[in-house]
Amino acid sequence: MSALLEIKGIKRYFEMPKGALHAVDDVNMTFEEGTTMGVVGESGCGKSTLARTIIHLQKPTAGKIYFEGQDVTYPSRRELPKLREQMQIIFQDPYMTLNPRYTVEDTLKEPLILSSRHQKADLDTQIRKLMDMVGISGKLRMAYPHELSGGRRQRVGIGRAIAMNPKFIACDEPVSALDVSIQAQIINLLQDLQKEFGLTYMFVTHDMSVVRHISHNISVMYLGQLVETSPAKELFSKTLHPYSRALLSAIPSINIHKPKQRVLLKGELISPINPKPGCRFALRCPYAAETCANPQKLEELLPGHFVSCCRARELNPAHCADGISTMAT
Amino acid sequence: MKDEINEEHSKHEKHDIQNKHNKRDKPGRHGRHRFHHDHGDELLKVEHLSVEYTAGKKTVHAVNDVSFDIRSGESLGIVGESGCGKSTIAKAILRILPDRGARISDGSIYYEGLDLAHMPEKKLEHIRGSRISMVFQDPMTALNPVKRVIQQVSSVIALHNPGISKREAVKRGTEMLKRVGITPDRSRDYPHQFSGGMQQRVEVAIALSCNPDLLLADEPTTALDVTIQAQVLDMMKDLMRQRNTALLLITHNLGIVAETCDYVAVIYGGEIVESGSREEIFDNPAHPYTIGLFGAIPDINTDTDRLQPIKGIMPEPTELPPGCKFHTRCPYATEECLDEPVPVAELGGKHKCKCHNISAVKANQAGEVIV
Repeated sequence: MSALLEIKGIKRYFEMPKGALHAVDDVNMTFEEGTTMGVVGESGCGKSTLARTIIHLQKPTAGKIYFEGQDVTYPSRRELPKLREQMQIIFQDPYMTLNPRYTVEDTLKEPLILSSRHQKADLDTQIRKLMDMVGISGKLRMAYPHELSGGRRQRVGIGRAIAMNPKFIACDEPVSALDVSIQAQIINLLQDLQKEFGLTYMFVTHDMSVVRHISHNISVMYLGQLVETSPAKELFSKTLHPYSRALLSAIPSINIHKPKQRVLLKGELISPINPKPGCRFALRCPYAAETCANPQKLEELLPGHFVSCCRARELNPAHCADGISTMAT
Repeated sequence: MKDEINEEHSKHEKHDIQNKHNKRDKPGRHGRHRFHHDHGDELLKVEHLSVEYTAGKKTVHAVNDVSFDIRSGESLGIVGESGCGKSTIAKAILRILPDRGARISDGSIYYEGLDLAHMPEKKLEHIRGSRISMVFQDPMTALNPVKRVIQQVSSVIALHNPGISKREAVKRGTEMLKRVGITPDRSRDYPHQFSGGMQQRVEVAIALSCNPDLLLADEPTTALDVTIQAQVLDMMKDLMRQRNTALLLITHNLGIVAETCDYVAVIYGGEIVESGSREEIFDNPAHPYTIGLFGAIPDINTDTDRLQPIKGIMPEPTELPPGCKFHTRCPYATEECLDEPVPVAELGGKHKCKCHNISAVKANQAGEVIV
C-alpha cells in the first residue's frame, strides 16, 4: 500500500470581524490507496472544511497537499479540472446538493461531458452503466430529484461522484440524512465500489458505529486540530485521548443491558477564533494539568496510533507499556 | 416557587378550558366522538388515529389506525423510517398538519381527557406550546431567520409567562441557551450564523423553556453530535424527572430509544407493527421489520463484514400494498400476508405484534437461520 494522498500542516483560517477563525489548524493525514480514513468530531471541529479544502473547494491558508506524490496545494486553472477528475466529493444532503431542475440523466451527464476522456458516442451507455453501478433503475432516468427518495438521491450523488472515475472521494456525512435500512444499503454500495475500483475514501461523519464499520483508520478532530489517529478497531479498544474517550462513551447503544460509564464533558467549546496555543480540549478535560497550556504535539504511542496529548502516556500506562519505545530515534 | 406558579397557572387554565367546553359541548366533526373521555391516568391517549393527505386525486393514508398512550413521566419512542408517518402523528397531536389537504380522518387524541382532535382551535392554543410543546426535525425551517436567537427564546418565555419583564425573559432565555451549550456571547447571533447542531440546540431550548407537561420531540438530536446529543438527551431526561414531563420521542435511531425511552412503538407504512416495553422490543423483537432494523445497523461491539439491509425501499404512501404493508420487503411473507388484514397478537406483558407469521419468525430466529 502506498499513500495516495498526503496532507501536511493544512490550515484553513477564516477572517472574521473578531479575528481569525481557526477552522482547520495544522492537520496532517495520510490516505493509503484503497483504504478508508474515517474523520470524526463534533460539529464545527473542521472536519467538513478539511474535506472541502482537500478537494480544492477551498484554498488552504497554509500547508501542503500531495496527490500521488505531486504537490497539488494550489493548482492552476488548467490543472484543477484534471485534479477534479481524480478527487470527488459526496455531500451530506442529497436533498440540497442535486440540481432540482436536472433529471437523473442530466446530473450524471454533466461530469461525463466535462471529463477529458469524454466521447459523445458512448455517453448513453456510460450513463446506463453508472445508474446500474449505483443501483438506480433505468425507469428513473428522467426523474427529477423531488421524485426520488432520500436513498435514491444519495445514489445519484454517488453516481455523480464516481462518473469521472476518480481515485479519491471525500464522503461528507454521506449516510447521515438517510434511514437506517437505506443507510446500510448505501454503506454496502460504497464498500462494493471501493473493492471494485480500489477507491480511497475520506469518510467524514459523526456516527461512530458507522465509522467503525467502514473505516480502516480513524482520525478524531477537535476544534480544528487532530487529536488522535489510529487503526479503526484500536481506537475503540485502546482509546488514548481523553476527548476520544468522551466521544465514544456518548454513543447511544442498542445494548440495553450493558450500563455505560458515560464521560460527561463539562464546560463548553471554546471559541475557534484566535484560540490560545495550548491544548484546546483542556478546559473540558477531566485530566487537564499545567502542561496542557503548552502546544501539543502529535506523537506515535502505538504503531500507527498517534495522539496529541501530553498526558496520554501516563493516563494509559496499560496500553502504552508495549508501545514502540524506539519511536524517539 | 416558579414551578408552583406555573402549575397553578396551568391548573387554572385547564379548568378554564373544561368550563368553557361544558357550556357548548358539541360533538366533534364526525359527530360520533365524545369531547370528554375518562382518561384514567394517561396523560395522552391516542385511539385509532388515522390521518389522510389529499394530493391531487390521490389520497395518502399517512397514519392508519394508530393507538398508544403515555402517562406522566413516561417516555414512548416511536421508531420508523422517513415517510412512515411518524412525524405526522406528532403533528396530528398538536393539529399542526398542513392546512390544505391533510385531515384527521378517524380516531381521537385525548390529552388529560380532552379530545385535541376535535377541540376548537382557540382552545387548543392554550395547550399548544405551553402544555405540549414540540421540537422539530429541521431547525433551518423551524427558526425565524431574521430574529436573533435570544429574541426567539425570550419571546416564547414572555408569551407563556405573562407579567414577567422583558429583561427577566431575556435572562431566562440566556440561561436556557446556556443549558443547551450556547454561550451568552453567541446568543445575539442569527440562526444562519450557527451550525446545524447549534440551531437544533436553540430549538430544544425554545421547546423546554415553557416547562411543558408533554414534549413531542421529532428527531430532536438527529442533527447533533454524539456528545451534544448525549447532553441534550440527558437534559430531556432531567426535565422529565424534575417535572414529571412525558416524552414522545420520534426517531429512527434505535440507540437513542434504548437509552431514553421506557416504551417503544415501531411503525411502518403508517401502522404500528410492534410495540412494547423497551426490554420486550430490544430483547425479543418479534416483527420481521424490527428484526430487519436491528440487522441494518453496525454495532459498536461486534465486527460484521457486511450489513444486512432490509431489501427494497419503503413503498410510497400513495401506493401502500393491501394486507401487511411490509410484505413487499419481508423475507417471511406468505400468501395470507398479501391481502388479509393483519391481526395484532398479544405476546404477554405490553408486547404486541402485528404479523401473520409470528411463530415462523420466532422459530427462524431461534434457529439463527439467516434469511
